[in-house]
Amino acid sequence: MNRKPFIFLAIATLFFNSVAQAQRIKGSDTLLPLTQELAEEYLAEHPEAEIIVTGGGSGVGIAALMENTTDIAMASRSIKFGEKMKFAEEGLKAVEVTVAYDALAVVVHPSNPVSRLTREQLEAIFRGKITNWKEVGGEDRKIVVYSRETSSGTYEFFKESVLENKNYMSSILSMPATGAIIQSVRQTKGAIGYIGLAYLNRYVKALAVSYDGGVHYAEPSVENAVNGSYPIVRPLYYYYDSGKEAEVSPFISYVISPKGQESVLSQGFVPVTEEETRR
Amino acid sequence: MRRIFEKAVKWLLTASGFVTSIVILLIIGFLFTEGAGLFKEKVIEEGYVLALNRENNVKELTAAQIKAIFDEDVTNWKEFGGPDMRIEPFRLEDADKLFTEEELGGQYENAGSLIASLIEAHPGMVAFVPESMIPKGANLNFIEDRSISPKEVFAGSEWFPTATPAPLFGMWPLLAGTLWVSLFAILFALPFGISIAVYMSEVASERVRGFLKPVIELLNGIPSVVYGFFGLIVIVPLLQQVFGLPVGESGLAGSIVLAIMALPTIVTVAEDAMRSCPRSLREASLALGATQWQTVYRVVIPSSMSGIASGVVLGIGRAVGETMAVLMVTGNAAAVPSSILEPLRTIPATIAAELGEAPAGGAHYQSLFLLGVILFFITFFINLCVEYISSRNKAKNS
Repeated sequence: MNRKPFIFLAIATLFFNSVAQAQRIKGSDTLLPLTQELAEEYLAEHPEAEIIVTGGGSGVGIAALMENTTDIAMASRSIKFGEKMKFAEEGLKAVEVTVAYDALAVVVHPSNPVSRLTREQLEAIFRGKITNWKEVGGEDRKIVVYSRETSSGTYEFFKESVLENKNYMSSILSMPATGAIIQSVRQTKGAIGYIGLAYLNRYVKALAVSYDGGVHYAEPSVENAVNGSYPIVRPLYYYYDSGKEAEVSPFISYVISPKGQESVLSQGFVPVTEEETRR
Repeated sequence: MRRIFEKAVKWLLTASGFVTSIVILLIIGFLFTEGAGLFKEKVIEEGYVLALNRENNVKELTAAQIKAIFDEDVTNWKEFGGPDMRIEPFRLEDADKLFTEEELGGQYENAGSLIASLIEAHPGMVAFVPESMIPKGANLNFIEDRSISPKEVFAGSEWFPTATPAPLFGMWPLLAGTLWVSLFAILFALPFGISIAVYMSEVASERVRGFLKPVIELLNGIPSVVYGFFGLIVIVPLLQQVFGLPVGESGLAGSIVLAIMALPTIVTVAEDAMRSCPRSLREASLALGATQWQTVYRVVIPSSMSGIASGVVLGIGRAVGETMAVLMVTGNAAAVPSSILEPLRTIPATIAAELGEAPAGGAHYQSLFLLGVILFFITFFINLCVEYISSRNKAKNS
């Protein structure tokens, strides 16, 4: 008779224990495949640990961190000032760890003679102020501008970095996926678009970009992204509450270890060096 | 025993029919309430204000004007009836760059007053900040916020649902794109569809028909994303070469893909209707000395008109509501198309591409539901037209 409650208690303790140990990671869809890969590798080494990785977007991850429904938030943008203020109101402190970099390449049709552009020229092109390639030293051909859909984090980052938060022109062609942008740029002579560095292939031509008004141009490549000469690079972050340092640090230190960063490179992202990770 | 069983079946059928109807009505009700919520939303993002310097007497700005200010397309207050001053837009995200962490304080308790004093020091500044941050009794002017008006939504020609501080929900380009692409799709599909149907039901031998019909019906089973990819790789470059277009992703590419997708529906339904034309009618026509073609043209087609019409409507319905294929080949540019050779954006493609990331309950989310309502009315209208055509036809026949 008396056994039942005991069994129940035992199961309950087991259950709660495992929940307490399971690390919840939530946020950016850009980081999702990479984090899943890293979590699998980590679990292979530490079979007793438990990690649950879910997506939803950077904003969702950070909001979940605030409500304590996740332990680590993945973000493809840095935490916004408004979000920082909300953390401060709750008495929490978000710690930021850079886990990888993601570079965006601006691509054109391979036959296009233009090989470099400044940020100002890119802004004018994506905002519809420059509409012909001859205005930037190319052939007399209409510029066809491809972009991602508004739901994409890449769209937001490109808008923030290259357009300085201004809006794209309304007649921009928006494609549902990076693959569609590559396909369209490949078959359209006057095309320009942007894609993640990992997607770059020989069917499209990547442009060198300058953020200092044309003094220094840099080609998009992993080396240039690492040494900081290529400007359209976004850091990808993990955020956690400083009170949970002890719980999350084993996984995070695996991610930023040389072994973890090897997987970062093999997934097509730019690895970080040890000293860059914490600010 | 049997009586009880029959009663049970009857009761079960009534109940399931009733429940299904209620669910459908509830879904429509949900669509409408969510969509109508858009007109209760404010122009400026929830919880935020646009703060101005005391010297600035501009009181009202439309969403389009706010966008022009923050895009730095308009740089002087004079253009909006204000004083002759340069406009300096400020976003909350700029606070990090202008002030140090020490100045802002550990809990950011100083941020509000710092920003307020910043605005007071810059006469031309317009700041986009949370309402709760502005200290009580700050000596500032605010832009008066009002609800989004139906005129801006239905007649507006700019679709910027994620623009900050003020999103623009002009649905006219999307509506025009949908109608434009569907119209051309049906113009392509109709003649081909009817001629295949006539061929299969009247001309083709039993063996050819037995082969053709399953093949055409097979087209229905191909997922739409496959059509989309086919369109992007084959039709888009082809159109680009044939018409010498700068960009191949266009309304025409979309309508060709949609026409191919609508064909099986039109053919199957129209062919079934023609074959079910009574044998006595055909034989009477032939007995009067009419040729086979005259029989088809004067007897078979008119008598199966309502079936053909419903096939066409089902085809149009598929074209209007098709999402994935259109998303891939039309280029999705939210501009009002002036010709079929330009890129355009349709309503279903917009909903599919944006609903996933639109925060639930926000203005963007509600605007997508409103697009759903518009789509609902388009299909509803098409259905009414068909009802009218077939009822008039029946009256004529009897």
